[in-house]
Amino acid sequence: MQLDQDTGLSLTIAQIVQRLKGSSLHSQLERQARISLHRPEIKLESLKEDIKEFLKTSAPAEHIKEPLSYMRKSQGSWEKRILKSLNSMCTELSIPLARKRPANEQKELLNKWNEMGTDEPDLSLFRPVYAPKDFLEVLMNLRNPNYDNGDQPSFRNHLGLIQVPLKIKDIPELKDYFSELDLNAGQLGIDDSTQVPPGWLKCTFFAVLAEQDSAAAQQYVRQGCPTALRAELWALILNISNQSEDILYYEQLKSNVVQHDLLVDSLIYKDVKLTASNDDYYFVFEDYLYQVLLCFSRDTSVLEHFTYNSATPPKSYIRGKLGMEEYAVFYPPNVNFKIFILSVAPLCFLYHEPSKLYQIFREMYVRFFFRLHSISSHPSGIVSLCLLFETLLQTHLPQLFYHLGEIGAQPLRIAFKWMVRAFSGYLATDQLLLLWDRVLGYNSLEILAVLAAAVFAFRAVNLMEVTSLAAAEAVLADLSTLKVMPLLQIFLFATVT
Amino acid sequence: RVSLQNSSYKGPYCYQKLKEREPRASIRFKCALANTILDVLRQRPGWVEVKEEGEWDFYWCDVRWLQENFDHTYMDEHVRICHFRNHYELTRKNYIVKNLKRFRKQLEREGAKQEAARCDFFPKTFEMPSEYHLFVEEFRKSPGITWIMKPVARSQGRGIFLFRKLKDIIDWRKDGARPDDQRDEIQVENYVAQRYIENPYLIGGRKFDLRVYVLVTSYIPLKAWLYRDGFARFSNTRFTLNCIDDQYVHLTNVAVQKTAPDYDPEKGCKWMIQQFRLYLTAKHGAEVVELLFAEMDNIFIKTLQSVQKVIISDKHCFELYGYDILVDQDLKPWLLEVNASPSLTASSQEDYKLKSRLLEDTLHIVDMEARLTGKEKRVGGFDLMWNDGPVSRADGNVDSPGNGSFMANTHLGIWTQTRESHPGLSRVGRLGPRGKGELGRGAI
Repeated sequence: MQLDQDTGLSLTIAQIVQRLKGSSLHSQLERQARISLHRPEIKLESLKEDIKEFLKTSAPAEHIKEPLSYMRKSQGSWEKRILKSLNSMCTELSIPLARKRPANEQKELLNKWNEMGTDEPDLSLFRPVYAPKDFLEVLMNLRNPNYDNGDQPSFRNHLGLIQVPLKIKDIPELKDYFSELDLNAGQLGIDDSTQVPPGWLKCTFFAVLAEQDSAAAQQYVRQGCPTALRAELWALILNISNQSEDILYYEQLKSNVVQHDLLVDSLIYKDVKLTASNDDYYFVFEDYLYQVLLCFSRDTSVLEHFTYNSATPPKSYIRGKLGMEEYAVFYPPNVNFKIFILSVAPLCFLYHEPSKLYQIFREMYVRFFFRLHSISSHPSGIVSLCLLFETLLQTHLPQLFYHLGEIGAQPLRIAFKWMVRAFSGYLATDQLLLLWDRVLGYNSLEILAVLAAAVFAFRAVNLMEVTSLAAAEAVLADLSTLKVMPLLQIFLFATVT
Repeated sequence: RVSLQNSSYKGPYCYQKLKEREPRASIRFKCALANTILDVLRQRPGWVEVKEEGEWDFYWCDVRWLQENFDHTYMDEHVRICHFRNHYELTRKNYIVKNLKRFRKQLEREGAKQEAARCDFFPKTFEMPSEYHLFVEEFRKSPGITWIMKPVARSQGRGIFLFRKLKDIIDWRKDGARPDDQRDEIQVENYVAQRYIENPYLIGGRKFDLRVYVLVTSYIPLKAWLYRDGFARFSNTRFTLNCIDDQYVHLTNVAVQKTAPDYDPEKGCKWMIQQFRLYLTAKHGAEVVELLFAEMDNIFIKTLQSVQKVIISDKHCFELYGYDILVDQDLKPWLLEVNASPSLTASSQEDYKLKSRLLEDTLHIVDMEARLTGKEKRVGGFDLMWNDGPVSRADGNVDSPGNGSFMANTHLGIWTQTRESHPGLSRVGRLGPRGKGELGRGAI
């Protein structure tokens, strides 16, 4: 019996290996295995057990369930609140959450798929479901019921708005973590005065792209991407290849959009009109934004990533088909579309083909951006970022931190909106892309908190003179002239701690 | 101040040492406009506005004043004025066509065939009505293409229309179909018929043109500066050739866009040129984009060279030109027109900042305060593009365009060091030669 099982398993494995052969995944695995063979701690005898142990202890990206129950509870009730708000909007406006479009409407939409921006539906009655500061309020009220103030002396003195004790890095740890950003390392965005990168940098990136080496690409972009190669490098890191099945998938989503009309569509329209159309840089991409976001709101595979947070994500059914699963429509985990819009728009500078743009955005969302909108204890989650930001500021600019607290201008109140949008809409586009290079390179959003602290440090002199929240907001209103990399380097490596 | 030698010594880079100039106690200025330039002049330390009849050292005049008064106004040596007497050689559509044609023929006669071929950046243009028959000949060669009719002297998109059939303009010639606002001026006005670029480069489905600023401080010898900032002006609606009557689609001037039915004044219709360059580089790669910008440099220089001999190069004059460039789908730039009075009214906060910096830097170069040494290759956001010869980026070595390693000293669309001052430092007076460590890490 045992033998049969083993041979059956071996056969399956052999088949899988055969199918994987030639793929980039296979070559990466092979390479890693060969490298690992030479490491002293690997012993072939115990390999099987070791692997089991390894898989148990390492954290596979975002699929791990949120361990802290009070966080899970909080996220659950936040989602319920959003759904309630959506539902009441539906009732008020007598609009169904979802309905099937009549045939002529479907045809019309298909015809103007590439220029949905020309539509001007009446959206005055739709209001945003929530604003970032509502979310901040929820985070401020998070408490660990098991926590005793006396337990962690370092946290006892924390005067910030976030009052949960999560593990965050301090400056020495950050210096180590972000060592490639050191003053002595060449950075794109500082050391290149033209758009054409120096010879050695070009060779490295071209080699990485030629070999389709995703891991190497991730390592190199820590020092920034050359503009011309960024689109390819990011696609490589995110493992997006835009194969025919991916294009098909996108087309399928598009047909879902054409067939059914969701309430969120109106919210999307309104937010795109308000946000992108009035933004100096993103207005040009209005049409792309509709195409991506309307499809995204119907992409149920995205929702799989969020089952770790709560029991079931908010779900609705097409009118009249209650309970029938094929007519189920999921709600995206975050219905504040302004935030989505600002995550998609910068990508329009890099990707021009709708299905590729869609996939890149979806992957970025699923790897990074969703953490900015949900309550979790993950080091890249918004709660940790807020805590990291406040701690950095309180530790290294205590006078400023205290002063701003005293006048009701707690720094997090201002920095929150930057972080929750990953600085999109605040920085100049080239700077934003350089920042996101590092997000991808380090596979972490912690750099957002560090940048936020660095911005406060940079404008500290002016901030010490303000006497109100409004005045503090004014000092920090315009970030469009900032250069991200020098700011980060000075804060991490040149500030006397 | 150390006094300079009173000679016209030409150094190895063709820079001329300045004759000695006295720094003045205060500079009296007059300004004919009530927009950004007036603010900039008023805020300039040591500059004093003079009222109506007072004597002035500097006049930001309008072209009308120039026409009426320039010829009989005496100006001291140090006095500066912001227009050249006959700038229309460059800016009137029918004159620039003539000047370019003549310049091209001259190059061909001199045997510079390659350079002559590089004069093909102006879409085929015919003066109307004088060249009507030549136009018809050309028209018949390529039936079905679109032409654009533009008045030679008007600006802001007024009086322009598109056509495809001769019938459209035959009617127009008979004054039948012309829009009302033109009827009164038909006797005085000339038009040009120009080949319409039907395959413009589109971003987000929209057509755009580029506004670039070039400052000329002298024609003989030719000294011209190129500003790093500029913008791309987008049409509010998606581009289609189906409806050539919709002037809002085709004309990208902000002034025209402002009257379009769906224009929202709060909406940004412009991109900074850096944004445009970033977008193109991400899409097409750096080399292709460098080529495009080199072709644009070519447009600026050739147009200026073509009028070099006809413009009255008065030492009192300088001029800030606004070049309008259209890029087609093959990434070839075309010259639409040159403006001697580019709009200085700001359409937004950001626009105000751009125009303020542009004008401040212009005044730095005009240098009433006599602070420059004359060796500068960069002042503020301006790069010296031509100084009686091409100017190269490299410091030190003698270069010529034939030399493979020549790189032009132009940086259009390159992000400059941020203008954000360290608290406590003022911006005025931060001039200096360009170098890698020029502003340094600290000046972020």
